[in-house]
Amino acid sequence: MNSVPDIFRILPEVILTLTGVAVMLIDASLPSGIPRRPLGWVSAIGTTLALWASLWQLSLPQGTGFYSTVETSAFTIFFHVLICGIVLVTLLLSLDTLPEDSHHQGEYYALIVFGAVGMCLLTGAVELLVVFIALEISSIATYVLAGFRKETARGPEAAIKYFLLGSFATAFLLYGVALIFGATGTTQIYEIAHAAPLALNRSLMLAGMALMLVGILFKVSAAPFHVWTPDVYEGSPSPVVALMSTAPKAAAFAVLLRVVYEIFPTLRSVWSPLLWIVAVLSMTVGNLAALRQQNVKRMLGYSSIAHAGYLLAAFAGLGTSGIAAASFYTAAYAAMNVGIFAVITVIGGYDEAMPMIDDYRGLLYRSPLLGGLLIFFLVSLVGIPFTGGFFGKFYSFSAAVGGSAIWLAIIGLLNSGLAAAYYLRLALSTAQRPDENASPSTAPEPQVGVAVGAALLLAVAATLILGIVPNDVLRAAESGAHTLQAPPPQNEPGIVIERLPKVGPE
Amino acid sequence: MNALNDSILTLILLVPLAGAVLVALVPDRAKLPNWLALLTSLVTFGLTLHLPFHYDLARNGFQFVVNKPWIESPAIFYHVGIDGLSLWLVVLAGLLAPIGVLASWNAIQSRRKVFFVLFLLQQTAMFGVFVSLDLMVYYGFWELSLVPMAILIAMYGRKDGPRAALKFFLFTFIPSAPLLVAILWLYARTGSFDFTTLQTLIAYGQFPAGALFWAALAFLFAFAVKVPVFPLHGWLSDTYSEAPVALAMVVAGKLGLYSMLRFHIGLFPVQARAASPYLIALAVIGILYGACLALVQRDFWKLIAFAALSHLSLIVLGIYGFTVIGSTGAVYQILSHGVVDGALFFLLGVLYDRYATSQINAYGGLAARLPSTATLFVLTTLAMIGLPILSGFVGEFLILSSTFGGVSRGWAIAASMGLILGAAYMLWLVQRVFYGPQSELVSSRPPDDLHVAELAMLWPLAVLTLVMGVAPSIWLPTIEQGVRRPPLITQYSPGFVTITSIPQGGQR
Repeated sequence: MNSVPDIFRILPEVILTLTGVAVMLIDASLPSGIPRRPLGWVSAIGTTLALWASLWQLSLPQGTGFYSTVETSAFTIFFHVLICGIVLVTLLLSLDTLPEDSHHQGEYYALIVFGAVGMCLLTGAVELLVVFIALEISSIATYVLAGFRKETARGPEAAIKYFLLGSFATAFLLYGVALIFGATGTTQIYEIAHAAPLALNRSLMLAGMALMLVGILFKVSAAPFHVWTPDVYEGSPSPVVALMSTAPKAAAFAVLLRVVYEIFPTLRSVWSPLLWIVAVLSMTVGNLAALRQQNVKRMLGYSSIAHAGYLLAAFAGLGTSGIAAASFYTAAYAAMNVGIFAVITVIGGYDEAMPMIDDYRGLLYRSPLLGGLLIFFLVSLVGIPFTGGFFGKFYSFSAAVGGSAIWLAIIGLLNSGLAAAYYLRLALSTAQRPDENASPSTAPEPQVGVAVGAALLLAVAATLILGIVPNDVLRAAESGAHTLQAPPPQNEPGIVIERLPKVGPE
Repeated sequence: MNALNDSILTLILLVPLAGAVLVALVPDRAKLPNWLALLTSLVTFGLTLHLPFHYDLARNGFQFVVNKPWIESPAIFYHVGIDGLSLWLVVLAGLLAPIGVLASWNAIQSRRKVFFVLFLLQQTAMFGVFVSLDLMVYYGFWELSLVPMAILIAMYGRKDGPRAALKFFLFTFIPSAPLLVAILWLYARTGSFDFTTLQTLIAYGQFPAGALFWAALAFLFAFAVKVPVFPLHGWLSDTYSEAPVALAMVVAGKLGLYSMLRFHIGLFPVQARAASPYLIALAVIGILYGACLALVQRDFWKLIAFAALSHLSLIVLGIYGFTVIGSTGAVYQILSHGVVDGALFFLLGVLYDRYATSQINAYGGLAARLPSTATLFVLTTLAMIGLPILSGFVGEFLILSSTFGGVSRGWAIAASMGLILGAAYMLWLVQRVFYGPQSELVSSRPPDDLHVAELAMLWPLAVLTLVMGVAPSIWLPTIEQGVRRPPLITQYSPGFVTITSIPQGGQR
């Protein structure tokens, strides 16, 4: 059984960790005058290697390692590749936009890579304590990154807000884990799944599940746990938001899929209505609030809440179709959201010279390339066909229709009609003729360097591929869904888990 | 030629797209984007002309079909094909493309590349709507057609582009949400997006009637907004007065009307028939309401917008009268309206270019200064108000006579009143703009009559109007074959007889 060395099960994480450590050590040992920019390339290369390693893991048989704490399967590989892809694009984006003389460049890159370790581990973990640790690794990195513009007032504010609320949310998650341990006597996901239908103290388990859901839904910024999102997005540097709005969410959605479909498939009647309500709330609250925003990043913050809602609609789908739809949506959302934040980063620069929607007026005239890309990503966010956003929504809502949640689909699609209003407002402001009376803009002329160009190209290509030829990605998502739906493997012989004495009445 | 027959529709879709990519790549110098766009649209028009020459009138069903799997799950097929219904609409769209490019030749001065890229993208989307036989592909093109239009309205709007663009987009995008849910629901029940398959399954009663009612309503709602049918016309006048001439003339009405015929009546004949009394009433209201509003407009774009509402409503009347003659007339009227409205828009665009205002009372006595413009304008106007021997007459006559004989005399009489009003507002427009004393604006500018290029484009259109008026038999047999295509035939009365029995093949 244990023919695969354990280390191969976490190879991407190992590569990322080594990269992060190397970047930190080099940064610390270099004299202060030397530019840190090459460290970004080191991180990008490390991430690419991790991406390859994830793909290589496809050749491994599905299974777990390290005493059934981490797993490699089509499901984990799907999310590993996705997360590594996002991190890679973010790194490329940061390479050209981080100011040359910026302090702590080395730490910035190292933190991104360490965050990626946590996120990757999060999707592969099949032991709730590892889930918790991985969540902490990824969260702490993002808390720090959120406050990176510490010379502004909003930067530290964003970091503190994110940190306080995020810690609360993780505490909820941990408490939920504790209760589930109390109910079933284990924290290993497959064992819980075995034990859950037989658990005597059902209310304890329900409470545990609810608390875990709160923790995870906070991470994906679903309403009513969304309040932090716009403030944090506004205060964080744009390239960080590109990462933060996609990769940790993808990882959190992977955990959510695991929790509801793998641990508690028997409690579907309980979590399904809960997620139904959260989905409707998220899309409605997100869209209504976004309509009123004047600040582009705040608007996109609310839009990401709405997208979490569309994604949650897929959870109304039955089994495989729901999981595949949710996985696909995560990928589509990541591609377009990273793309749009990349464009915003290039346009506004690290210092965000253009925060407001009105600032974008006439962008298409000043820079047809960036204006066109911005409109392209907005069109994808609206969900126009032949872009990734369309098929994401399409699969999500058809999963909902297939799971006979037709009302959810109708509410969702009406919501996406509503959402078109604010996306279009930005797109049309971009396309509008520049105001002749206005004083010439003080914003530096945006430059598209090699690294940023590559980042944008990757995002555009991903969005188009997901929108025009989604077959391969969908197949990957489906095979991932199958591994998640498959009956959990029996305990492998030779695994010794130190059991604590059972709690509660036997 | 067989190889071309198999790929012709794909080529028609791809050529404008390829043209758009090319335009995006060439430098914006020496009108290069214009020439490239013109070339692309002429090639496309040439390709569309291939269709009528190789269309086999003796064969029923779709022709030039391509049906290839595209996406596995859900089962979306790249399924395109045309029949008598869509054949001439494709050609019309092909014809209007080069005209649209020429109409923008001088009007579009800044950001020509962006304009022509989006214009050609719009062409692809329109062809896509006309030829798609897979509901998902159709929906894709339907949505895609909104984007270039909205962006171009925002970019080139005359007064308040972004507001008009947003209005246009939301008005047409939000109703397509129920449309998508309805399509998904059909798919969830059948596992197919294929038009013919769904048509058969629905006809054989595979669906619960109650749910089918809602699905049909979702389809109808989306199309009715796009046409627009009274009272869903809120976006129309702003769009017409803000949109660049080239786009206003290519989008007007056709997509929605075609979709009604193909997908509402085609898929849900029973439900469509049940809805027809309401639609007839709304259509007649639209005819009269549009005409009355057109009478009092001071701005000629707005006047044309409400005139369009009136004319499009007449076509809706023909479609939902459920007679073969009425539907044939309706399709013919779509063609005629496309040509005539195209010419009219072009001429108004010429006036707007030269005098930079759309206020009717700023004009006057233009005929003495711009004689050829006046001639062509009057000719177009006459075609529009349905003067016999010009194209507008044929469709109007077919629609009204079938309504009179086959539907209801009262509605037919009321609709005819709208046509009288139509003559009034159009002729009054001509009188105010071209005759009477010369206004200050007109006399203050040097006369700048139609240029050779403009004449070379307008005269063929004028001749086409005449040919369509005297020899409708070139077009009518194909259209009629398309309209009669089974199983639609069971829904139609053979001539002017009203059907009262419930047709075969529906739900009881």
